[in-house]
Amino acid sequence: MEHIAVWVAAFLTLGIVSFLYKDNPWYKLSESIFVGISAGYWFVVLFWDNVHGKFWTGVFPPEEYDAAGNVITKDPDWMLWIGALLGILMLARLVPKFGWISRWPLAFIVGSTAGLYLINYFSSNMMRQVQGTIMPLFGMWQTDPATGEVMFQAFSTYDVVGNLVILIGTFTGLVYFFFSKEHRGVFGATAKVGIFFLMITFGASFGYTVMSRMSLLIGRVDFLFGTWLGLIK
Amino acid sequence: MITGIVGAVFVLQYFIPHWPFSKMNAWFSDWFSIVAAFAIWLGALNLMKISAQKVVGRKEDWGYALVIIFSFLLIVIPGFAGGQGYREAGTFFSWLYEWAYTPLSSTMFAILAFFVASASYRAFRARNLEASLLLIAAFFVMLGRVPVGDILTGFMPVGWRLSDLASWVMNYPQAAGQRAIMIGIALGLVSTSLRIILGIERSHLGGE
Repeated sequence: MEHIAVWVAAFLTLGIVSFLYKDNPWYKLSESIFVGISAGYWFVVLFWDNVHGKFWTGVFPPEEYDAAGNVITKDPDWMLWIGALLGILMLARLVPKFGWISRWPLAFIVGSTAGLYLINYFSSNMMRQVQGTIMPLFGMWQTDPATGEVMFQAFSTYDVVGNLVILIGTFTGLVYFFFSKEHRGVFGATAKVGIFFLMITFGASFGYTVMSRMSLLIGRVDFLFGTWLGLIK
Repeated sequence: MITGIVGAVFVLQYFIPHWPFSKMNAWFSDWFSIVAAFAIWLGALNLMKISAQKVVGRKEDWGYALVIIFSFLLIVIPGFAGGQGYREAGTFFSWLYEWAYTPLSSTMFAILAFFVASASYRAFRARNLEASLLLIAAFFVMLGRVPVGDILTGFMPVGWRLSDLASWVMNYPQAAGQRAIMIGIALGLVSTSLRIILGIERSHLGGE
């Protein structure tokens, strides 16, 4: 079985790689298998995790036992039926005549996402990042636990330069994103510095992405030449 | 109305984590998980519907549509038949995941390396200062992440080698730009979310 599995994986891997030459039936076959299997995989996983795990076990709680072996009875959560009903209404979109019904679950999903994002992004992406930027630049006043004396602990040049870069980069980057004022004069010059920082960010992110893709590629080449052909020991 | 109430409850429960908002938040979170599962089902079932229409109508590439349906059923049937232990080692579902899904997904992302390389050839021409900065940052990060980077700069003192420069670029200027982008995205998301919750933005329901 292991032998067949390796050959199946090699066949599918080479099928996808063959696209580098040109679009061909082998690639299309592998791509179709990928599409079908991905859709099926999430179909099953979400059924067991969300529909069964949340709805079914909530409405029909399974019997649980305490340490003494007594049955713990859990009350069914009937409110979960509303979630299931909204979910079923979502499927109405499959029938064009009843597609309008899916607006209700869609409104629920959009409202939930808006509410969650408003809070989560504001606290993590906004407040925490601002908090991280407003920091001591050159050093910190610290109390010596032995003597109780308050001393100034200076940062190393490396850290000071780094802190200044973060402060200037974040501020100028934000100035660039401020489009309510024309980018001219001092404001324009500050925005220009922001562009430089954004370009460094894009370049670094690009390099990082390339390297992660390369590592995946190395993994596949290692599989083909090692696991499949046995050329790499 | 549904959007406004649900959105407002999620916001209010953050500031007032007590009854009734805490209870409503728990309900809405459970409903959200269930509806999200059905939303993914909708996508998968729609894929099946379109593929079946292609096969029945003998449209172009209908054979591949048949493969999609077959692959879908191939993983779904053992997934449901296997009960709650469908993902355990030794099941056909886990076999398909390990030997078909994983190789296919990782190869699909791996070949992007070639397309990225070809795109970068066109994008990375140092035409002006901005493009040069992009090029230099990418160069440092890419070479600094592989052993050859440190071999090439082995004559430099520790702290000034390519891997050190790559770490510095990632930790400071990159972090600064990333932070500005993140704050910008957060502000945009907050304003868009408020527009949705207050009913100003209704395009998701087909309105203006």
